[in-house]
Amino acid sequence: MEKGVNSTGEGGNPLIRLDSVTKVYPLPAGDVTAIDRLSLEVERGDFVAVMGVSGSGKSTLLNLIGCLDVPTSGDLYLNGVNIRDLADDPLTELRRDTIGFVFQQFNLIPLLTAYENVEFPLILAQGGNGGPVREEIVNRCRAVLASVGLDESLATHKPSELSGGQQQRVAIARALVNDPDILLCDEPTGNLDTRTGTTIMELLAQMNRGGKTIIMVTHDPRVAGYARRRIELVDGRLA
Amino acid sequence: MILFDYARRNIRLHWFRSFLAVIGIVIGVVAISSMGVLGNSLVLSVSESLTTVGDTIVVYPQSGGGPMGGGGTTALRITPRQVDEITRSVGTNIVIPVHTGADRVIVGSENRAASLYGMDPADIPEILDLEDGIFLRSTTGAMAGKRLAEEFDLNVGSTVRIGEDGERVRIVGILKERGIGFDINPDYALVVSDRWFESTYGEEGYNLVVVKVQNLEEIDSVTTAIEDALNRRTDVVTVLDTRMVLQTILDAFNSISTFTTAIGGISLIVAGVSILNVMMMSVTERTREIGIIRSIGAKRREVMRIFLYEALVLGLIGSGIGGVLSFGGAYLAVSVMLQSTTYLFVPSSLVYILYGMLFGIGTSLLSGLYPAWRAANLNPIEALRHD
Ligand SMILES: Nc1ncnc2c1ncn2[C@@H]1O[C@H](COP(=O)(O)OP(=O)(O)O)[C@@H](O)[C@H]1O
Ligand SMILES: [Mg+2]
Repeated sequence: MEKGVNSTGEGGNPLIRLDSVTKVYPLPAGDVTAIDRLSLEVERGDFVAVMGVSGSGKSTLLNLIGCLDVPTSGDLYLNGVNIRDLADDPLTELRRDTIGFVFQQFNLIPLLTAYENVEFPLILAQGGNGGPVREEIVNRCRAVLASVGLDESLATHKPSELSGGQQQRVAIARALVNDPDILLCDEPTGNLDTRTGTTIMELLAQMNRGGKTIIMVTHDPRVAGYARRRIELVDGRLA
Repeated sequence: MILFDYARRNIRLHWFRSFLAVIGIVIGVVAISSMGVLGNSLVLSVSESLTTVGDTIVVYPQSGGGPMGGGGTTALRITPRQVDEITRSVGTNIVIPVHTGADRVIVGSENRAASLYGMDPADIPEILDLEDGIFLRSTTGAMAGKRLAEEFDLNVGSTVRIGEDGERVRIVGILKERGIGFDINPDYALVVSDRWFESTYGEEGYNLVVVKVQNLEEIDSVTTAIEDALNRRTDVVTVLDTRMVLQTILDAFNSISTFTTAIGGISLIVAGVSILNVMMMSVTERTREIGIIRSIGAKRREVMRIFLYEALVLGLIGSGIGGVLSFGGAYLAVSVMLQSTTYLFVPSSLVYILYGMLFGIGTSLLSGLYPAWRAANLNPIEALRHD
């Protein structure tokens, strides 16, 4: 699908729209309703902080928006497209091309260098091989790593050789490399000390000013202060 | 290619268990390739022999006595009378009765066992070729097979002692190397006159009779004629033509090769199971990583590819090592079984090493299929929550 363009035209639809979305996890001990008839709209360029106690459904909401999972009921629209109608491959493409994830545990691939971690989604988007556009890929990865402020000399390091703050910068670079519309951040500062957390938040705020739509889970009010808008979840509903 | 690199690095990380999984592939590849090469070499050398001695019928005394059970313990020989009967039954074809035996052969300080053939000197040129010197003409004297001559450093004119206290005999000629024969194998033997043989070892008849058929078409009818003439009431002789001998050798080889190929197959199955096991471990250990890869946009089939690459790398390593070792294995098998490596390095033999390697790679890929499928179908969210 083409980015930023849809049948009803720019601005006609919000970037993200949830219409009475429910997510139920069937468990042997009984079903868990993680998201309960939630409706929400997020406009392009917004920066939303999702708050709430542990178990209130924040991660589930992020995973649904990120197309890692599909709602049990209700409709979720990205750029006006109902993801209910999409099979696994198009969902994956959507995730690859329009969404970037940033996790609390950084989630870098340990066997790959910082550079290769960033390169990975780009190569997936190129159809799995770096072949003819090798140079473009290198330039793009260098540029993204520079934009998140990672020292170039660290590019060949494995994640285990980097500090938490450096790993999170690599993770953000990886999330940005395919130039997605949406950044989904699940407690991005949760594993960082306050000072490093602040630099990461400043980086995210800068990305938002550059036009990225950001949805960020946090329970730290100071971190939430970087957002333009805050929502709170209680038992899978908006408070 | 990053997906391939990624798979390769995971194998390097777990090199020891990967190595163990690969051993089975190596064994399987070596067994299958060596057998293939051996089989091909055998077929090639047998068919070459077939063109040189395809016109030969060999008559042996029947072993195991007849159904009448009469003269069970007499040494099995073909009597001069039976030779006459054979001669009458085969028409104009050449009949060559042969004594066979073995004795010590002593040259200077060298003392070894060798085969002996006793033949009418007039018959020798009919089935053997001369390399050096002259054919045997008188009762005394001997001809040496090529290999024997090399072993003992014999030349035309050398003398050898046959038997510890035996007679000294002059070598009048060296025979051309003949390879494996169906009638006689003179390469590592001395050929003496029938008279000399009989006076030295006694006159008990012949051990075998070679019949040279002039017209190949007649092989069957000549065989039948001999059978009819000698095996009237009970089977007193066994009549083999070269094709039957060939068939016997090929049958023997087939059962050996079925056995070895089965071992190769079993070790490939074992290898497959251990690769499956290693790959399942890899999938379980990397569940979270799979979740990450899916979250950044890898499709199911791309995840599958990563794991299939891993299986492929294991298969390539195993088949690579196996392929190299196969040269050794095939060399060993061929030199033990055929005493000649002439047909080892011809393309039609070497292609079996390629087949063996392809089998190894195929087994590995097949074993990787299920783990790769499992990895590809993990639920991304659950994989991400895994630790
Ligand atoms: N994959 C899952 N399987 C089963 N239950 C889950 C799963 N993910 C989340 N849950 C349950 O859903 C609820 C919401 O979880 P989550 O979205 O992780 O909350 P939060 O991120 O706000 O802590 C919790 O009760 C959690 O146990
Ligand atoms: Mg959470």
